[in-house]
Amino acid sequence: MLGKMEAIVVGGSWGGIDAVIKILSALPSDYKPTMIIALHRPKNVVNSLEGILKRYSKIPFSEPQDKEEIRFNHVYLAPSNYHLFIEKERIFSLDVSPPVNYFRPSIDVLFESAAEVYGKLLTGILLTGANKDGGDGMKTIAENGGFTIVQDPSTAASGIMPSAALRLIKPDFLGNIHSIIELISSGKEFIWQ
Amino acid sequence: MKAGNGKMVLEDDQIEDLFVSVKRRYGYDFTGYSEASIKRRLQKFIETSEIQSAGALRNHLLQDETFFRFFLDEITVNVTEMFRDPLFFASLKKNVFPLLNTYPFIKIWDAGCASGEELYSLAIFLDEDGLYGKSRIYATDISQRVLDKAMDGIYPIDLMKEYTGNYIHAGGKRSFSEYYTAMYGNAIFHSSLKKNVMFSAHNLAVDESFNEFNLIVCRNVLIYFKRQLQERVIELFLKSLPVFGFLALGNKETLSFSSFKNHFEEIDRLQKIYRRIN
Repeated sequence: MLGKMEAIVVGGSWGGIDAVIKILSALPSDYKPTMIIALHRPKNVVNSLEGILKRYSKIPFSEPQDKEEIRFNHVYLAPSNYHLFIEKERIFSLDVSPPVNYFRPSIDVLFESAAEVYGKLLTGILLTGANKDGGDGMKTIAENGGFTIVQDPSTAASGIMPSAALRLIKPDFLGNIHSIIELISSGKEFIWQ
Repeated sequence: MKAGNGKMVLEDDQIEDLFVSVKRRYGYDFTGYSEASIKRRLQKFIETSEIQSAGALRNHLLQDETFFRFFLDEITVNVTEMFRDPLFFASLKKNVFPLLNTYPFIKIWDAGCASGEELYSLAIFLDEDGLYGKSRIYATDISQRVLDKAMDGIYPIDLMKEYTGNYIHAGGKRSFSEYYTAMYGNAIFHSSLKKNVMFSAHNLAVDESFNEFNLIVCRNVLIYFKRQLQERVIELFLKSLPVFGFLALGNKETLSFSSFKNHFEEIDRLQKIYRRIN
């Protein structure tokens, strides 16, 4: 069961856009925790993902600017061609250091820095994908006392990424996208401080 | 401290100590750098260098200047690409170059030019619009080693496919391969592109303004700095820009959080091109 929660980080790759759309469509406009999403995406193309996802979100949605303060009741999307970090002052920072696991943004980079800042007040969700990014990040979230949710590989568009994470951790919750949505959107399931 | 897997993990106060010592010894100041990002790179540096403790790293850095230079290159990010964010270059061509063309002589500062990919991109576009001949570009970076690479202008040929795509997308007028000679797996950019370029080491965190420019390009450098250090650098840019001088930042960097923001107007809100107005 989810405990007190300040933020949720979400990672996805192949098939991840559809899964994230399902999550965003389901969450109510007054959803309190900060949600920060890293999706693998091509670089140097006209940036439309922000516009697409925004249409499905009832919660305010944006790509963060460098050094922007992190708000509650807001969904953030990691910008294309940058790594996204969380600073302990609860602000975002970005860098363009080399891709990790071939990707920038890397899910591991976001998850590891979020785990260090939010500790047990963090929930990590790893969705569908066809590579192994995100596994180390989920492990760090678990080590820092956070709550870990992995999409059941058999229900994912590609099970490679969740399977890779399952080799590193035993998640607190394993399920299909609907059960994940039910868990994180049910106000009774967690106390938000 | 050792993590469960035997890796050494640096604590925040150890990092602070390290940076203070490095600043005293070499004059390079990393204390104003964004923590999460530099901590990750420090951690990676330690994992690959087989150093056993924070104290050992500190001693090694202070005693061995060659090792320090190596460290400097490893923890500062020098990754860049040609025509990164093609729409930025398209906007520069459309919104900035026509105004620069009204000046008899154009001075440009490429601050944090790294290994020069952005510099050559700029030079190519200036050339295509007939501005290069009257331009003088000052290309600076904290690291002499990457400046040497920038001066060479030699990049792996495998990257040219991607760069050609960026160039076309940005509105390049020619065939991209006209700008380089392919040799031994490399693309050697024509030396005419650097004939009006002055290369020099400059550290935005500690050095001062050294000239006045019609355009300052400093993209994806401020992201490495905390707000306080960003503020110092923005003030440095302000001192280096006349009224109507342009400032171009990375497309997720913003002047919105700066107390100097009222000195600037937005020329392109998405591509982060500003102009000094007072």
